[in-house]
Amino acid sequence: MIAAKPAQLQPRYDVVVVGAGPAGLAAALGARETGAERVLVIDREPEPGGILQQCIHPGFGLHHFGEELTGPEYAQRTIEQALEHDVDVLSGAYVLDVSPDRRLKVTSRDHGLAYLDAGAVVLAMGARERTRGAIRIPGERPSGVMTAGFAQKLVNLGGLLPGKRVAILGSGDIGLIMARRLVLEGVEVLGVFEIMPHANGLNRNIVQCLHDYDIPLHLSTTVVHIHGRERVDRVTVAPVDAAFKPRMAEAWDVPCDTLLVSIGLIPDNELAHRLGLRLDPVTTGPVVTSTMETSRDGVFACGNVVHIHDLVDYVSQESLLAGRGAGAFATGAAARPDNVRLTPGLNVRYCVPPTITTEREHTVYMRVTKPMAPCTLRLGDVYERPLRYVFPGEMLTLKVRPRFLEGFHGGSLRVDVVPRGEATPI
Amino acid sequence: MSDVRGKDEGDATVSHYLCIGCPLGCRLEVEELGGGNVEVRGQSCKKGEVFGKQEHLDPRRVVTTTVAVEGGIWPRLPVKTRGEVPKGAVIEVCRLLHGLNLEAPVAIGQVIAADVLGTGVDVVASRDLPRA
Repeated sequence: MIAAKPAQLQPRYDVVVVGAGPAGLAAALGARETGAERVLVIDREPEPGGILQQCIHPGFGLHHFGEELTGPEYAQRTIEQALEHDVDVLSGAYVLDVSPDRRLKVTSRDHGLAYLDAGAVVLAMGARERTRGAIRIPGERPSGVMTAGFAQKLVNLGGLLPGKRVAILGSGDIGLIMARRLVLEGVEVLGVFEIMPHANGLNRNIVQCLHDYDIPLHLSTTVVHIHGRERVDRVTVAPVDAAFKPRMAEAWDVPCDTLLVSIGLIPDNELAHRLGLRLDPVTTGPVVTSTMETSRDGVFACGNVVHIHDLVDYVSQESLLAGRGAGAFATGAAARPDNVRLTPGLNVRYCVPPTITTEREHTVYMRVTKPMAPCTLRLGDVYERPLRYVFPGEMLTLKVRPRFLEGFHGGSLRVDVVPRGEATPI
Repeated sequence: MSDVRGKDEGDATVSHYLCIGCPLGCRLEVEELGGGNVEVRGQSCKKGEVFGKQEHLDPRRVVTTTVAVEGGIWPRLPVKTRGEVPKGAVIEVCRLLHGLNLEAPVAIGQVIAADVLGTGVDVVASRDLPRA
């Protein structure tokens, strides 16, 4: 079901989307819904679908499609929806640059170097994994050190195993999923090492990926040295103190030929930098409005390029909105500017979008800085909602309805998450 | 966190589980009362009770893995069990699937192994895999 490639590229499109993962495909669909005629999605991989194609486990789609799907199933549905709506998908292509007047420089296997003009652009490039270099693990530089997501691609798409004896640094969900995946492929997984005193991944993954296969999870423990000349032959791990300093007297060696790192994602924002977009220092993604428009007119962004999501379902929903915004911009139906700023207050790291309007309904995504249970989510003094718990690893969503803001005439609202029963300190 | 499972030392009738219902991760105790009845403790909601009971009496899992394919755009096809199989059968299901070798094209939902290991559950393709 490889998407039919456009036989020839048009010099001008209403909307061009960069990235054919779940974000880009939903954005293209959103753009078509608003009446944009010519919509093109450009992607560097040989087929659309993005990272979902290698996420063969279930757990996707409960919110967006109302049933539990594997990654490839979610991808196929999303691709089919886009194709049914006459979206063009150009695979095996790379966007080298986007100019402020929305001219894209594209190189591809099938069309060589080309320049395309776009009525609106949507950036949906997703995220990259943090690597060994991001946390500067000391030691030698042998082969056999890779990110968990890259190992996932090798195993699930390429049919290749990364090694025979594997240690995993970081308890993010990709690392946990790969621990199980490798065991099922006959690889020995020696343990997962997590510097924090708590696991990062979902409890479901702790149980079904580690407990089920008796894979040890070492909390407050990290890799302090990588050994091996050509290939990894062991890693040294050590428990850490409250300040994350390794207690070297208690260090031990783990003989292995592979180290997978699962230590977080960062928005892939090279094009955002080239465009000079305003970036949010907390999310590191572009600052967006309530229609997902960046600081450049007609340039929109959605998905993991804006902030790291934990559910693809939310990516799809946010990206439909970005696509509708882009479609409206391209067809000359400009949105009303936002008039209320949401300011992260107590135990709120960020809100996306950071600004909203009083006349439409908005879904605001946010993350907390620390766990709290039970607690109350407050939006200024116009709305509050009790929550059983909040966790930094689980994104919070807040529907802001126009009626909340009927009597509100200010310019900004503070968003707080406070312990249940406590007043919000000023 | 890896020490929450298994039987209590000194009390052979109590088992421990980590609830997967939400991020709270309640530490569940499940006690056998005899006659197939159990009591779940430690949960903070109904989900915990349901999970503790199911996990103790009949743990089940969806299995996903890949199967070798000749002539496709990728050398592996992602597959899944269309429903849960007993947890104890997971490794055996994978072993069986890893012995197969398919020919592209394959269509999403196509049955790759019917009634796998007599569980009553089919293994199906998770995507279309066209010929290269």
